Amino acid sequence: MAKKAIVGEKVGMTQVWDDQDRVVPVTVLRVQPCRVVQVKNVERDGYAALQVTYGMKKEKALIKPELGHFAKASVDPGVRLVELRLEDVSDFEVGQVLDAGLLVAGERIDVTAISKGKGFAGGMKRHNFKGLPASHGAHRVHRAPGSIGACATPARVFKGTRMAGRMGAEKVTTLNLEVVAADADREIILVRGSVPGPRGGMVLLRDAVKGGK
Amino acid sequence: MNPTDLIDRTSLRSDVPSFAPGDTLKVHVRVVEGTRERVQLFQGVVIRRQGSGVRESFTVRKVSFGVGVERTFPVHSPIIQKIEVVTLGDVRRAKLYYLRDRVGKAAKIKEKRAAR
Repeated sequence: MAKKAIVGEKVGMTQVWDDQDRVVPVTVLRVQPCRVVQVKNVERDGYAALQVTYGMKKEKALIKPELGHFAKASVDPGVRLVELRLEDVSDFEVGQVLDAGLLVAGERIDVTAISKGKGFAGGMKRHNFKGLPASHGAHRVHRAPGSIGACATPARVFKGTRMAGRMGAEKVTTLNLEVVAADADREIILVRGSVPGPRGGMVLLRDAVKGGK
Repeated sequence: MNPTDLIDRTSLRSDVPSFAPGDTLKVHVRVVEGTRERVQLFQGVVIRRQGSGVRESFTVRKVSFGVGVERTFPVHSPIIQKIEVVTLGDVRRAKLYYLRDRVGKAAKIKEKRAAR
């Protein structure tokens, strides 16, 4: 499990120059200071996690249970509550603030987010099917999936056969992304490469589970 | 304004002269050979300029020993030491791809008379 984690928002993509003057494609993530609202530990909750919030929310926009929850921790209400599962939470306490300085340039992280929804997508887009020929007698079937099974045996379609359907809007983790820059003052982290989800979507950053040098 | 513009600001150069397709440029390019660094000159006609912001780029075409050579640079690339505008060209389009099919005198671009 992760040793450190933080939550942010995707801003968009751009490019920067590296120390050898090469272009580096980066995703800009806005990582506002995260305030710890609750520390969950194994003894009481069955798992170790930090419940954090970020940003600001007006008090009148909160419902009573939320109001009480924030008041108990005496933490300013934020836009949402997010749980960060960690190996060890003994160093953390309620009210503590995590910021973008948690990560340093050159570090490897995993980024989790909800991917962009694609709606009802066909087999070619959803499962990278090749489709049917463009010509040689193919008629109105160019993007069709083709055969989905045999005939009298088994006389049914197997469960899990890949077909058209809802695509995207699911939890996706991109592994081993390099942190290009982390600036706590500007509340910004630059990550090399792309990150799942739309602009403005919430992203979860954790130290990489795989890889190593 | 794009939300990433604040990040881009540090990558932009402020010393880029104004130039347009048809102009002849001298591009001073820093070349690293092992540990040594030297400046290489690439002189030719700008045949296109495209994109905007940090991603803007331009292409310079020259004919070297009878062979056409085109090189595309990002406008804000740190490998460019300096850009010199040699002449201003009088052209009627933004993309001068027609120069590729021309050789010799036909590939010559009229110089702009009035000062810009």
